[in-house]
Amino acid sequence: MEVKTYPLTMTVNGRQVTVQVEADELLVDVIRDRLGLTGTKIGCNEGECGACTVIMDGQAVLSCLIPALRAQGREIITIEGLSDGETLHPLQQAFVEHGAVQCGYCIPGFILSAKALLDVNPHPDREQIKEAIAGNLCRCTGYVKILEAIEAVAQRTDG
Amino acid sequence: MWQAYEMPTSVEEALAILARYDGRARLIAGGTDLILELQQGKRQVECLVDVTRIPGLDRIERQGDWIVLGAGVTFRQIKDSPLLKEHARLLPEAAATVGALQIQTVATLAGNVVNAMPAADGSVALVALDAEAEIAAQQGRVWKPVIELFRGPGESAVDPSREMLTAIRFPVPGPRHGSAWERIGRRKALVLPILNCAVSITLNADHRTIEQARIGLGPVAPIPFRARETEAFLVGRPAEEETFTQAAEIAAGEAQPRSSLLRASKEYRTEVLKVLVRQGLTRAVAQAQGMS
Repeated sequence: MEVKTYPLTMTVNGRQVTVQVEADELLVDVIRDRLGLTGTKIGCNEGECGACTVIMDGQAVLSCLIPALRAQGREIITIEGLSDGETLHPLQQAFVEHGAVQCGYCIPGFILSAKALLDVNPHPDREQIKEAIAGNLCRCTGYVKILEAIEAVAQRTDG
Repeated sequence: MWQAYEMPTSVEEALAILARYDGRARLIAGGTDLILELQQGKRQVECLVDVTRIPGLDRIERQGDWIVLGAGVTFRQIKDSPLLKEHARLLPEAAATVGALQIQTVATLAGNVVNAMPAADGSVALVALDAEAEIAAQQGRVWKPVIELFRGPGESAVDPSREMLTAIRFPVPGPRHGSAWERIGRRKALVLPILNCAVSITLNADHRTIEQARIGLGPVAPIPFRARETEAFLVGRPAEEETFTQAAEIAAGEAQPRSSLLRASKEYRTEVLKVLVRQGLTRAVAQAQGMS
């Protein structure tokens, strides 16, 4: 049987895009290879590491486990959608200032998990932050600086 | 991996697509297990039938004497459900231990049951609630006990290439009921359990003796396990530490966990199982007595 292709229309970082995808493409591959947004990383490619985390309709999901066609009509945010031109998103800025980035491969996933949390709960406590990033693995930092960076943004009162 | 992808908007439409493919299509909900099995070649399908766009399947509600969860209900919804926290605390507690938040957001309890793994947190929790599942086929819908749906590791009595698990329900527990979920893994997220344990307890009117007990354990058998000898032992006995310790020994005897090279030895699992059963009983009874 021939692999069918389908038009997939979704909003990515605020912009509506339509791409033709094959039935069995996964969201991570469409984002990286068809849209060229390579900030979304593939680590394990089996839902164990969190490097491919994106936000879909407000919630952090693993794009390596999502069939691309499920994103039909959905709103996706990738790491490329966070900064305002040259101005970094507060989370990105905090990661830089707190030394939370070493090799950097896992960081887009961490930042999107953190953003999904802060968007619904702007002032989470440490346990809530830990829960939100428990699905993201980092082999460099030991997590402490990542936690501190997210906490710094969570403790801001200017929203 | 698969050649077509359909997104039906009703159960009937989903079943019709399955019928058209005559066994060569398969339902997909969250897909967090299925996608990997397809990638690894453990399963082959021509068409995936995505049920996540079927409206009305995402409800958790009380219907008379039952609490009913639609097939689209995710672990994240379960974890946050006030209704479930009130009536069956073990289920939200179990949901919070599945994978990590990104998995809980898309993975469904129904998918957990159909995937039929012996250690599946959602399935082990459900057997301690005496849960039933509604199976929809072209001939109609029937309710079956969840525990009867497990045939072996990864093998379910529900055939997702021909039928659909559409809802899960369990009786609303009465007064003097308490429950608890216990689990041990190498870390708290993104790991399969070394052992998990679901306890559901109802006390007699004296608040001191046990009227009914249900205990689910995994992975200690090819399917999610009900510790029926332990349950029978508990009935009528005083809800106190001495009873829990004896119950833990009986549970370790009837469950007989096996060694796993990746996760833990039989000896370790046997000792940990006793601890989890004891802790689960202690917490469930405390809740039943209104102390937690």
